Amino acid sequence: MAMLSGAQILIESLVREGAEAVFGYPGGVTLPIYDVLYSHPLRHVLVRHEQNAAFAAQGYARATGKAGVCMATSGPGATNLTTGLVDALMDSIPVVAVTGQVPQALIGRDAFQEADTFGISRSATKHNYLVKDISELSQTVHEAFHIAVSGRPGPVLVDITKDVLLSKADYSDEQAMEPLRGYRLAAEPDADAIERAVEFLWRAERPYIYAGGGVISSSASAELVRFSELLEAPLAHTVMGLGAMPTGHPNFISMLGMHGSYAANMGVTECDTLIGLGVRFDDRVTGRLDKFAPGAKVLHVDIDPAEINKNRRADLGLVGDAKPVLRALNERLAETRATLGRERRVERLAWMEHVRAMKRDHPYVYEESTEEIKPQALMRKLDQISGGEAIVTVDVGQHQMWAAQHLRFNHPRLWQSSSGLGSMGFGLPAAMGAKFACADKTVIAIVGDGGFMMSLPELGTIAANRLPVKIIVMNNNTLGMVRQWQQLFYGKRYSEVDVASFPDASLLAAAFGIAGGSVADPADLDDALAHAFDEPGPYLLNVQVTPEECVYPMVPAGGAVSEMILRPEPEAAEAVAGD
Amino acid sequence: MQQLISLLVENKPGALMRVAGVLTSRGYNIESLTVAKTIDPTLSIMTIVAEVGEDGRDLLIKQISRLVNVIKAVDLTDSRAVRRELVLIKIYVAEERRPALLTEAEIFRARVVDASPEAYTIEATGSPDKLNALIALLRSYGPIEMVRSGAMAMARAKQNKLPVPSYTEAALSEG
Ligand SMILES: Cc1cc2nc3c(=O)[nH]c(=O)nc-3n(C[C@H](O)[C@H](O)[C@H](O)COP(=O)(O)OP(=O)(O)OC[C@H]3O[C@@H](n4cnc5c(N)ncnc54)[C@H](O)[C@@H]3O)c2cc1C
Ligand SMILES: Cc1ncc(C[n+]2csc(CCOP(=O)(O)OP(=O)(O)O)c2C)c(N)n1
Repeated sequence: MAMLSGAQILIESLVREGAEAVFGYPGGVTLPIYDVLYSHPLRHVLVRHEQNAAFAAQGYARATGKAGVCMATSGPGATNLTTGLVDALMDSIPVVAVTGQVPQALIGRDAFQEADTFGISRSATKHNYLVKDISELSQTVHEAFHIAVSGRPGPVLVDITKDVLLSKADYSDEQAMEPLRGYRLAAEPDADAIERAVEFLWRAERPYIYAGGGVISSSASAELVRFSELLEAPLAHTVMGLGAMPTGHPNFISMLGMHGSYAANMGVTECDTLIGLGVRFDDRVTGRLDKFAPGAKVLHVDIDPAEINKNRRADLGLVGDAKPVLRALNERLAETRATLGRERRVERLAWMEHVRAMKRDHPYVYEESTEEIKPQALMRKLDQISGGEAIVTVDVGQHQMWAAQHLRFNHPRLWQSSSGLGSMGFGLPAAMGAKFACADKTVIAIVGDGGFMMSLPELGTIAANRLPVKIIVMNNNTLGMVRQWQQLFYGKRYSEVDVASFPDASLLAAAFGIAGGSVADPADLDDALAHAFDEPGPYLLNVQVTPEECVYPMVPAGGAVSEMILRPEPEAAEAVAGD
Repeated sequence: MQQLISLLVENKPGALMRVAGVLTSRGYNIESLTVAKTIDPTLSIMTIVAEVGEDGRDLLIKQISRLVNVIKAVDLTDSRAVRRELVLIKIYVAEERRPALLTEAEIFRARVVDASPEAYTIEATGSPDKLNALIALLRSYGPIEMVRSGAMAMARAKQNKLPVPSYTEAALSEG
């Protein structure tokens, strides 16, 4: 045992729990922590705004599955983290946030930079702590990591008073940790439930797999692919699920939901058995709930019991980690394939053919142009560059949906999207976190011109660390997704969506000391992209695209997914105005 | 409709805020909430009565259960749980009506716990319905002030039992 200060115990505990990098920003009450970091090998990345520390921590977590760590000072530092934490909560991403708090003696006295971080972060986290006793610090950090990564992952915040950081206590790496009493993880699936599920599955004539973020947190991609192959069932992903099954797999249809493909949405509408795997029946997926998979029986596998029957009643709910559940199902499916599996096989194969044909006949379409760069064409070019192997982070808006539609992902954890909260400003800092996690991978941040400006200060972090992130701004001069709704549902009354005063990208990049450029002519796009990707360091590329393009298909808010708007049809669209 | 929830929770800072937060962030009104330690002082039992829609009931229990500090939460709304509440009533009643008041209070097993020239303070326990009837009765005697504890409930059925150590188990572990 050694006598360490609270700040030292914190850093040693972070290292013990496997932290490789901390994304943070210092301040008054965290001075003791930064004094330890001054001479400690643990890597600290100085971001330019605390919100981006939380997003970068997410970028790290989404790329690795390990908890990302962010740090902020009391008061404004902690409140600045909040959006990033709620974002992680909505998308079930493991993050550990450490914040400093004013000394205990001052709490409740409106001390300088005091904020009720514990109270504010209550609804922004999976769990949170206020540490007022140094003897609890090490155990608390351990619990924070355990809670963040286990079960349904999520953000955990640890708020530590300054007096705890300054006081001293014994510390040892081998200290025994106490178990958590109220926190139980889902049990392994029981054999009876698996048996019932297998019988349920083989009764299907038109099975359809709807798989999401839970399969990625579970690292169950291989099991997912095998499941779909054994059942010979088509599969659609949510935005959060992209990459769990490789895009090129013959059973993969596409993304479903509001901007999903025709085939994916008709598939879910026509199926007789819907298998939801690590999905939460989000309204952006289901549209009008009573018209979502209206004739289907539902099997729902989720690690969180609160998800079963939340939005759609499940005929069969299996609570558990997707990986062991799928393994158990696969084992029994393989054993019963030649017997039970034969009964409806003809129908199932015809169904698979039908869904594949819909996919063939209704690809994502757009009008090509030699005058303007079409946003979809830009995504296709980026897809060629990535070849399904690059890490792609996106911001929020039209570019996010086009990227989701047109880019391929050969593996899980390549695609990062703020999906549940939809926080603009996510894409760029997430790419930083991803690049710190996976130095050997190409990392592309595809962002809108609006969201890029929200994360602008991070060009400083990228420049300071020479982080070779490729930033592609899909510039349509407007807050495109909001403009799309105004265009389609508010009679083109474009209100406060014009962000055309975009800076000159090469000057902007140069001001930060990084390379950059702009392109507007489709004939120059290949060269501009080649230049950006050949550059060994970071690159900022501003791509001027068609301004008034809309994302299709589109399910109007509250509409049935089968009633997609497939292509520009303003008259038809106006009929369903309103949100 | 009113939902009756009983839960066992770790007696830790913020536990009450977390449980209450699940209800308030959904806009549910909490009718009453009682909480106190169990035999094991690191655990508390909470009883909550809240106005929750029929479809929200099951989800609410699951969302409370998944809180890290919550060991178990059960819905006692439709079960034959023992449900009791305590009320303290101060009643300003004239001298001559006091004997009649005492006789009627007796029917409800209510007791006088404080007396002064102007008022009696009466204590009663019982089901919320019984207490409502008592309150209505006492009001006919004069102006009243009252404090209610909110409901406490204990499951009768085994499946709804909270996993709290019983007295014998606690005694055994001490010895
Ligand atoms: C502009 C915009 C447009 C959008 N349009 C669409 C769209 O068209 N289509 C679309 O799909 N989405 C769309 N989204 C995203 C949408 O809002 C939701 O975030 C997304 O659909 C949720 O994905 P999911 O169901 O996979 O759940 P996630 O949010 O990924 O949740 C994961 C689920 O898996 C469970 N889970 C976690 N770990 C495990 C495990 N180990 N084992 C089993 N289960 C586990 C969790 O409990 C949870 O229920 C859009 C978002 C934005 C911002
Ligand atoms: C922080 C935040 N504020 C507002 C919104 C609402 N919103 C959703 S998409 C969008 C437009 C985004 O515009 P841009 O970044 O240019 O991307 P585009 O849609 O043009 O691809 C807005 C304002 C949001 N999602 N996040």
